[in-house]
Amino acid sequence: MTTMPMIESDIHPAVDNPPLPVFVPEDQMPSRVGDRIIQYREALKEAMSEEMRKDKRVFLCGEEVAQYNGAYKISQGMLDEFGPKRVIDTPISENGFAGMAIAAAMTGLRPIVEFMSWSFSFVAADPILNNAPKMLYMSGGQFGCPIVFRGNDGAGGQLASTHSWCVEALYANVPGLKMAIPSNPYDAKGLLKTAINDPDPVFFMESERMLGDKAHVPEEEYYIPFGRARLAREGDAVTLVSFGRPVNFCLEAAETLAAEGIEVDVLDMRTIRPLDIESIIERVKVTNKVLVVDQSWPFASIASEVMAQICETCFDWLDMAPARLNTADVPTPYAKGLEYDYLPNPERIVDAVRKML
Amino acid sequence: MTQATAASNEQSTMNTAKADSPASGLAPTAKTAAELPKEVLVKWLYDMQLIREFENRTMQAYQQAQIGGFCHIYTGQEAVAVGTIGCTNHDDPVITAYRDHGHALARGMTPNACMAEMFGKTTGCAKGKGGSMHMFDRPNWLFGGHGIVSAQTPMGAGFAFAAKYENEVMGTGKKKVTLCYMGDGALDQGCFHEAQNLASLWDLPVIYILENNGYSMGTAIHRHTANAENLIDRAKGYGIKAAKIDGLDIMNIYNEFKPIVDECRENSRPAFIDLKTYRYQGHSMSDPQKYRTKEEVDTYKDKDSIAKLCSDLMNMGHIDEAGWKSMRKEISDIVRASVEHAEAAPIPEASELYTDVYANPQKNLSPTATYTHGTKNPLM
Repeated sequence: MTTMPMIESDIHPAVDNPPLPVFVPEDQMPSRVGDRIIQYREALKEAMSEEMRKDKRVFLCGEEVAQYNGAYKISQGMLDEFGPKRVIDTPISENGFAGMAIAAAMTGLRPIVEFMSWSFSFVAADPILNNAPKMLYMSGGQFGCPIVFRGNDGAGGQLASTHSWCVEALYANVPGLKMAIPSNPYDAKGLLKTAINDPDPVFFMESERMLGDKAHVPEEEYYIPFGRARLAREGDAVTLVSFGRPVNFCLEAAETLAAEGIEVDVLDMRTIRPLDIESIIERVKVTNKVLVVDQSWPFASIASEVMAQICETCFDWLDMAPARLNTADVPTPYAKGLEYDYLPNPERIVDAVRKML
Repeated sequence: MTQATAASNEQSTMNTAKADSPASGLAPTAKTAAELPKEVLVKWLYDMQLIREFENRTMQAYQQAQIGGFCHIYTGQEAVAVGTIGCTNHDDPVITAYRDHGHALARGMTPNACMAEMFGKTTGCAKGKGGSMHMFDRPNWLFGGHGIVSAQTPMGAGFAFAAKYENEVMGTGKKKVTLCYMGDGALDQGCFHEAQNLASLWDLPVIYILENNGYSMGTAIHRHTANAENLIDRAKGYGIKAAKIDGLDIMNIYNEFKPIVDECRENSRPAFIDLKTYRYQGHSMSDPQKYRTKEEVDTYKDKDSIAKLCSDLMNMGHIDEAGWKSMRKEISDIVRASVEHAEAAPIPEASELYTDVYANPQKNLSPTATYTHGTKNPLM
């Protein structure tokens, strides 16, 4: 990370800026294997709580985050530890509280704004798209916006079309913001801690279908740098590039394919802005085939962007056109079976890979 | 840069300057405008005339295509910005909409930085990246200049929230009031109602100052908002203290607004002020003004706030004809110099396109470029 820019604490002369996180190479990161098994939601809470203990500028606000202990129990216990001045229940008023938190960030505070679902963020589109990512530029470098917007993204389980939005393609279009989308508890903690410390606005996508996922999460503090993908599984036939919940679909598909003797890569991008194109190129040079698996609609999607960058950067290493697998290009259906078919599910991934062999 | 120093080094300023002097950075303490020291009142006249002259020059520059984009002129409303800001401390946050040149100058931005911004030059307050609608001035606690109608109203609550948080959680020991300006068009946006709800619910010391010039662009107030004669009852519906103030008489603004500022600061509560004012020019520079008559405009020009204050100050013996003439001459020279400065100032280098996008630029943030962090702002 570069040094802290001009947004110094001149508005907060009394505050010592805590040192920025130190990022270590991937092979020096704490082990992903161990017996401290916790849920994805607990990993998120650990990240927020650790940062709030260190830095009084950090606070959490959103619907039901305090007394209710989180609509999805992510912030369970945080009100008790930090009190109502730092864990703040808001009315159902996204435009109001998002705009409010952006102003707080401009003065140097570090708000974490929880959207119960990113599907509810559209009523706050003006502040989160027109103010947060543009403030630094529009003010000629005078006011930054160190804020984290986080919440559930994607189909949550029969919530139908208004509550199942994948916002990453829409929002990643806007320069000035960063976007992280962890697929597992370990990354959720490390990426959220980095997001809270980043001086730019970070859009952080979770999934209510992953909140109960369990894995080993180190108790110690660690920070995962933005822009560093992780090779979750190594193969030679095809490179699957994905992010967020569909990474788990890819891993499941990879198991099925392995039983047939087909070994595929699964590359978890972890952040979309920045996008670790170098790691993609590295694997394309090995497998020469790439399938991008994306849980948003295909038209102008993140998959489209990844494919464009692949064509621009490593076209000559491809044995065939890069392929993408998105959700079906329709509003999200309610019926259970239809919703499953709509998603880039493991069966669809297996089918797509077979066609590429 | 004296005010920049005041912002970052308040302690020393507080120890050396008297509260009722314009240079102190602290709000005056006098109960009525008539009791204010002569320097304060004369400074008001100076600031109002500075805005008037500055805006006249801005229109000329716009007509000569030296200024582009949308440009909204503040003439007629000068008493509002100067009078209300005159009731605050220098480190009380201020945020406004796109008709923002007056607030910027009243807050202490130099005419050079303001004019150069509109000319799209590097010495502008935002290095030429914001333009007329986006005046930002960190040393003077001005948080914009916002182009979307009413977008500033939740943010106004946010600066008040931040000040309260800083006081209560971080122990700064400072009670601040935020001034959030809005036009009457902003009354009708949903986010203003959300902002009022949050401000009242959470006891946020923000004052919404409705600069009620009677028109939401070309739509007269009785055609765009319900119960337009009684706007303060709306705020009262949220439990917010509300008052209607004549915005053409700056002495009156001080007398009625100052106690409200003090009360909001002391009790950490919001307020809403319906300040009746009038804009002499169209909504923007491209407005043919078919929606109002010349006679209506003339009626208000007859009640001009600068002429009123000037006459009051002459009656009080604070200024005479010769003093007023030399003040106007001085201001005219300063504003002309600001145009000359803006004309001569360098245009941004092409490399500036990619600066200030991210505070922490990283590789791979974009398929087209590596972002860099910006050069130091000339105002800082």
